Amino acid sequence: MSQGFVLNRSQLTLALALMAVGIVSIFILNGTELDIAGKNFTSIGLLLGGLLFYSGILVIVGMFKNETYLSVALLLPSIVAVAIFVYGFIAWSIRVSLSKWKGLLPDYTWVGLQQYTDLFHDPRFLIDVRNTGVFTVGFIAGCLIIGLGLAILLDQRLKGEALFRGIFLFPMSISFIASGVVWGWLMNPATGDRITGINLIFKMLHLDFLISLWQTTPPPWGMAFTVIPAVWQLSGFTMALYLGGLRSISEEIREAARVDGASEFQIYRYIILPLLQPVTLSAVIILGHMSLKIFDLIVAIGRKDLRLDVPGIYMWNTTFDGTNYAQGAAIGVLMLISVAILVVPYLIYSMRTEAEL
Amino acid sequence: MNRRILLNTLFYIILIAFAIVFLLPIYMMLLTGIKPLNEVDLKTMWNLPENGIHFDNFIAGYKQLAPNLTNSLVMVIPEAILSSLLGSLNGYLLSKWKFRGSNLIFSLVLFGMFIPYQSILIPLVRFMQFIKLYGDIPGLVLVHIIYGIPITTLIFRNYYAGIGTEILEAGRIDGASLLGLYRYIIFPLSAPSFAVVIIWQFTQAWNEFLFAIILTNQSHWPVTVALNNLAGSQLVQWNVLMAATLLAALPTLLVYIFLGRFFLRGLMAGALKG
Repeated sequence: MSQGFVLNRSQLTLALALMAVGIVSIFILNGTELDIAGKNFTSIGLLLGGLLFYSGILVIVGMFKNETYLSVALLLPSIVAVAIFVYGFIAWSIRVSLSKWKGLLPDYTWVGLQQYTDLFHDPRFLIDVRNTGVFTVGFIAGCLIIGLGLAILLDQRLKGEALFRGIFLFPMSISFIASGVVWGWLMNPATGDRITGINLIFKMLHLDFLISLWQTTPPPWGMAFTVIPAVWQLSGFTMALYLGGLRSISEEIREAARVDGASEFQIYRYIILPLLQPVTLSAVIILGHMSLKIFDLIVAIGRKDLRLDVPGIYMWNTTFDGTNYAQGAAIGVLMLISVAILVVPYLIYSMRTEAEL
Repeated sequence: MNRRILLNTLFYIILIAFAIVFLLPIYMMLLTGIKPLNEVDLKTMWNLPENGIHFDNFIAGYKQLAPNLTNSLVMVIPEAILSSLLGSLNGYLLSKWKFRGSNLIFSLVLFGMFIPYQSILIPLVRFMQFIKLYGDIPGLVLVHIIYGIPITTLIFRNYYAGIGTEILEAGRIDGASLLGLYRYIIFPLSAPSFAVVIIWQFTQAWNEFLFAIILTNQSHWPVTVALNNLAGSQLVQWNVLMAATLLAALPTLLVYIFLGRFFLRGLMAGALKG
């Protein structure tokens, strides 16, 4: 690619004009308030001013013959935004977690790892860790088993496949809050005269032994029932992942195995399941990172029941209700570490394999 | 092949049993919603309505959530459009204009998709207060766009990676620049991945709860926050709550029912590998 810079008068004028308008509008807006329909749009105005200035710079960078410069310049806002909002904020959170900031005014007095050691002696946090463990195991196992089972059934090319696929997938489009609210009512633990929800169905079907206390079962097993709405929402997604994997396995492989005298069961056991391992890995990463940071579903279904507490809720309580910012930050950082242990090896692995291609 | 017929019947029985369980929550919300107020009783929850269909519960639920449904809509539409445009540009640059370190940058950006937002929440709130975007919808839109960059970039980058370089080289020979190639070749080919990203971002932002409850004040609450508040309130009857929940879930359900095909087709077109 050729190097060099071609000066184009009209483009330069445009660039300078854009930059000037951007700067001037920033200065004007900085001093006044921009009110549109009773809302304060000053910050958005400043952002747009900045974008005008930036587009002037883009025009100048565009005059370089080497277009890689323009490519980098166009990527820059996203990179800077992620650098600040992800990495900058993580660093800031870590700093807060090493302080003793409690109360509304920031206090960055260094206390080292004090917040973390306190958390590991905090009964509530230890319950949270256990609950997250129960939830993660139940959620991943439930989604993988039901997802794979449904995918294998749908892979038999039965009539009505599209309809079933749609029915199993639609809960994915519903929010954790809505799902938690509905399942909270379905899994109503009331007994005797006030029996209702799924328990009432069990009673009407004379399946009384199935009647359950659901999420109010004594710890730690109550937590296992909060998995039900989560599995309802994401086992269809897992099924779609597996179905995609199954459909990409060529019919010839199965045919060859049949010719060799393998039964259908053996084909699945020894050929198809091993070929689906990459799908399982992706599913575990996606589902695992969701369950390690599970929050809204438990808010909606647990309704502040401390027996169903998870780190996400503790962080929210301690930070915004208890104004214990340092402890809140420490919980957030620990959640981040747990997700990073799961995800970072996978990201490095996929980056390496892609580089080999 | 009698065995095959027997086996298929068994498969259908299993599939239908699962389908009933999957549809149970929707059935319960609909059933409760169409009963008149005087027929609503937890003990007869599963009985069909006796005196015809009424929409009292939906009207009462809508009254509770109307301003919040508007808030969500006002937030979600610009969010989905802007973040798909940004993702498309990023995906194009990161797949077709690789430079030294661009793969590393992509991986670092991608990590942002997985972080628990509790780990950036305190700085985020301080920062949004500092730039005076705290409490209102525009700030929430901005936050959703920024934290949407990783996933939108990923989907578009994977999709564009499947577009051959030959067509771009042909464009270059015809004298197209970086933006010209995007404008005349890449963008017109992007419809499937735009469908995926717009549907995805719409659903994500509509259903999101943590940013919404932390970054907006009560008059600007999106529907998830209002619904959660309604569920915790002692003043609202559960039948109204069920109708309200269905209303809150309806937009994403409709998007899924009518546009889900495009979503799946876009996914199949290599938009989201694994």
